[in-house]
Amino acid sequence: MSGPPLIAIERVTRVYRMGDTEVRALDDVSLEVAAGEMVAIMGASGSGKSTLMNLLGCLDRPSTGRYLLAGKEVSAMSTDELAEIRNRTLGFVFQNFNLLSRTSAVENVELPLVYAGVAAGERRRRASEALQRVGLGGRLDHHPSQLSGGQQQRVAIARALVSEPRVILADEPTGNLDSRTSVEVMALLRGLGDAGMTVILVTHEPDIAAYAPRVIVMKDGRVEADERRAAAALTRTSP
Amino acid sequence: MSLWETLRIALSALSRNTLRSFLTALGIIIGVGAVIAMVAIGEGAKARVEQAFASMGTNLLIISPGSSSTRGVFGGSGSMPTLTWDDLRAIREEVPSVRTAAPQLRSSAQVVSDEENWTTSVYGVTPEYFDIRSWLMASGSAFSSSDVDTASKVVVVGQTVVEKLYGSGADPVGRVLRIRNMPFQVVAVMARKGQSPMGQDYDDGVFIPVSTYRAKIQGGLQTYIAGSIFVGAISADATGRAEREIRSLLRDRHRLAVEADDDFQVRNLTEIASAQQEGTRTLTTLLASIAAVSLLVGGIGIMNIMLVSVTERTREIGVRMAVGAKPRHIRAQFLVEALTLSVLGGITGVGFGLLAAGRLAAQFGWPVQVRPDIIIISLAFSGLVGIGFGLYPAHRASRLDPIEALRYE
Repeated sequence: MSGPPLIAIERVTRVYRMGDTEVRALDDVSLEVAAGEMVAIMGASGSGKSTLMNLLGCLDRPSTGRYLLAGKEVSAMSTDELAEIRNRTLGFVFQNFNLLSRTSAVENVELPLVYAGVAAGERRRRASEALQRVGLGGRLDHHPSQLSGGQQQRVAIARALVSEPRVILADEPTGNLDSRTSVEVMALLRGLGDAGMTVILVTHEPDIAAYAPRVIVMKDGRVEADERRAAAALTRTSP
Repeated sequence: MSLWETLRIALSALSRNTLRSFLTALGIIIGVGAVIAMVAIGEGAKARVEQAFASMGTNLLIISPGSSSTRGVFGGSGSMPTLTWDDLRAIREEVPSVRTAAPQLRSSAQVVSDEENWTTSVYGVTPEYFDIRSWLMASGSAFSSSDVDTASKVVVVGQTVVEKLYGSGADPVGRVLRIRNMPFQVVAVMARKGQSPMGQDYDDGVFIPVSTYRAKIQGGLQTYIAGSIFVGAISADATGRAEREIRSLLRDRHRLAVEADDDFQVRNLTEIASAQQEGTRTLTTLLASIAAVSLLVGGIGIMNIMLVSVTERTREIGVRMAVGAKPRHIRAQFLVEALTLSVLGGITGVGFGLLAAGRLAAQFGWPVQVRPDIIIISLAFSGLVGIGFGLYPAHRASRLDPIEALRYE
């Protein structure tokens, strides 16, 4: 892996004010993620992993420090510019799927393209392709309530990847799934990593984190450990 | 993102909860419907008043003799004759703002045709009378001044009398009519005039030369005019001036002391008409304002539901923001939703209002007049209500923090 890292966080602090007390959710964190990496972020609740995820996802801005995404300084961007970054460069997968109810699978997947200004026909074509990619090509018109949990999460993954983002951010993607469907979903995410997308996932389950070659452990707003493992089970098709 | 796209999202959001959308729009539907119906009723009433006054005659003043008062007991208008034939001549010749003037004497009499009889009003008038009252002839032509000079036994009949004596549609010109058993030749039938503002039937009467009337119908005093004088002013604006000039002329002629009351009455019909019109206009405004208040209440209903909707859909807003919606996209979405609700309500309201106006017209026989400009104004107003009351909820939605919104249960 060469060139500048896709994601670079330099001495980032995020402070919340709760009444009179200040909470340092992130305390002087520096981190780099290269393009194509698959990273798992672990930690107990309150360790700052969600805050880190929100920052990486451009939903939040650091109190101090810099965040460079694909060479661009994100920490200084306006609300509208952040929305554009989320739209084009990032894809989200949530623990509770966060699909729009009473809206068909294909329309859910189309959503990022709507805000990207893609024309309706093109949108439908790309959304169908994305659903095919996650193995739901036959369920375009199903509504979330007609799909199983695993299928819903696959729709959410299709939505995350439909705009061909550089980074997929998955926040506890298997938290609401049973172990068998968890395996399916993780295989899907790893497939995306193999296809060149950078995948960052937050989890507190070690066996889920084990899918990622690199595991970052957070504690009290700091990076406690950052390990790269070359697990045989996780051989990656690298050149 | 195009406006069409936003509209599509708004429509699908609204159709997800049809009953609620309908109930929310109902406020606007009733408001707009009420405005349309109320204004239609008000305009109808105004038109009826206008038409009634127009039928009385143009620039008309009516002078009637004063009331007698003996030891503080008033005998009522016309109970004491005070107007003389010389007064009439003086008004006609000496008052500059008077175009022409004519006497009108009236009594009740039985008229008889070959087949039927009918009791009606017999009027003694001069030819100017028809002109002052802008009364046209449907057939034949009215008697002339020479008929008045020679006291000919000719008669002009009203439509109601024609119907009663000859049957509707008949043309009795040339035939003979007996009034109090005296034969009169019918020279003309007058055009239909309808009802007076007080509901009197103008067409129920026959008109003969005033000289003939005085000789054959009227008994008693001849110096005084046993009726009233109809005056046509030179223009509508001149009616006020004519009223003042006639008053001072008559006071002069009757030698009234400065502190004495008038012994006659001048009624300015143009003024009465405009006062009446003012009255109906006030009524229309009042009705429309009450209806407009309900439109405002409808707007508050929209705001209320939009705020509920924003809260309910917090998570959806979070998801949309996460996938790249900018605050203005969210704002537009909710604003267009409120606007769609109010404009659809407005359109339905127009239909409802027209229907209601039609029903009222049919049910109660009210004259109803729909004003197209009111339809456009109330549609525009309902749009404004939608924007006005949608702005705050939409703004609130756009200001949500995506992290909080995604976490919302």
